[in-house]
Amino acid sequence: MAEMVLPNTPAKYSKDLERVEIELLLEGIFRHYGFDFRSYAYASLKRRLWKRIEAEGLDTISGLQQKVLHDPPTMERLLMDLSVSVTSMFRDPNFYKAFRVQVVPLLRTYPFIRIWHAGCSTGEEVYSMAILLEEEGLLDRARIYATDINEAVLRTAKTGIFPLEKMQEYTQNYLKAGGVRSFSEYYTAAYEGALFSPTLTENVVFAQHNLVTDRSFSEFNVILCRNVMIYFDRPLQNRVHQLFYESLPMYGILAVGSKESLRFSDVETCYEELNAKEKIYRKVM
Amino acid sequence: MGYEVVVVGVSAGGLQALCTIAGSLTPDFNMAMVIVQHRSKDSYALCDVLQECSAMPMHEIIDKEPISPGQIYLAPPDYHVLVERGYFSLSVDDPIRHSRPSIDLMFETAADAYGREVIGVVLTGANHDGARGLRQIVDRGGAAIVQDPATAEVAVMPRAAYAMVPEANVVPVEEIAPLLLALQRAGSPRTETR
Repeated sequence: MAEMVLPNTPAKYSKDLERVEIELLLEGIFRHYGFDFRSYAYASLKRRLWKRIEAEGLDTISGLQQKVLHDPPTMERLLMDLSVSVTSMFRDPNFYKAFRVQVVPLLRTYPFIRIWHAGCSTGEEVYSMAILLEEEGLLDRARIYATDINEAVLRTAKTGIFPLEKMQEYTQNYLKAGGVRSFSEYYTAAYEGALFSPTLTENVVFAQHNLVTDRSFSEFNVILCRNVMIYFDRPLQNRVHQLFYESLPMYGILAVGSKESLRFSDVETCYEELNAKEKIYRKVM
Repeated sequence: MGYEVVVVGVSAGGLQALCTIAGSLTPDFNMAMVIVQHRSKDSYALCDVLQECSAMPMHEIIDKEPISPGQIYLAPPDYHVLVERGYFSLSVDDPIRHSRPSIDLMFETAADAYGREVIGVVLTGANHDGARGLRQIVDRGGAAIVQDPATAEVAVMPRAAYAMVPEANVVPVEEIAPLLLALQRAGSPRTETR
């Protein structure tokens, strides 16, 4: 993927006016298109907006607002800028290792396992989890609901094709994560990429879901939402945590990114730490 | 109104420099110090090693953690740090000029959020990260310190920062902590003229 250097506000731009314009733009997008970015973390949101402004050959946020509201293709491009997050297979290998050791034994006790991978982006971590469950003999009684706000990334996820040049890095991650086979068993070189075995996703449902505006759609044994909420402000994080709380039964598992914490959230006391370092929690009230 | 946040960017050869600075801060240091040290994504030991040099409380940043005075915050490996007013956000966006965490990004967001209440510090390193960010800190009224390239283990990064910010204070590493404390006492000069 090309290196993304996100631009900052032009030097002469008034900070106060910038905030007003951004709030108006986000309000307009929400009311016209239904996408709600009003509670996204400001510093990175602002940079993504300026990247789109530059790419469209514009020079103000109001100019982008005019174009976005009257030209849906511009909105689609902005949606890609705002919602795509970068991920990789077995990102944070220690998390997968901990999941194998501490969560898998709990899952073995269930006849059927329902997993929600919220904010799955292009799917690398969905395939990682499917591989892990396959190796633990749990994949055929599991169903993974992999959701994202962005339909374009879900299409990529469904193809199961990932860049071949990443396979060396992913193989190392896989081994560090406690993988027990040869990683190359899972893919074949095809279409100028690595095509992952379709059997991995036989029990995966890819679907569009917006964490900001949509409700819970089922109950799950495990919810994975890693490095997604870091793009949200704290009030929105709390709302999403409420959604997850309502979607988990007692003793359900919640896993967030290794540099996220329930410590700054409203639901802190509702969970116990199963693995404090890898941020794996279990609902206890 | 004085300085609130000290942001530090450091790359190759940084451990010694960071130990010298963190070890020379006295208990009256009451700004928040935020450090981006380039390192490999599975290098977890930095915080423990650095803690041995200094009595200052320090830890790796957690997403949405509040920014408190008198604390040293380290960017976690493989995440960008964005400074918001009063707290941190993390991101896993692509590396910027090969770096995640990016010094430039952390500096720029600190300049956005804290304006003239920021002191930026660029130390030893073998790339140009930090120079643009330091420029923005100064452009928004903050102060700049660059480790004297002659005394840096690797001179490339401080030299690049100095080229972009010629008005920076250029000092040997052992004078940086005393200078920070002096700046803290003096406050931001532009606020005094108001």
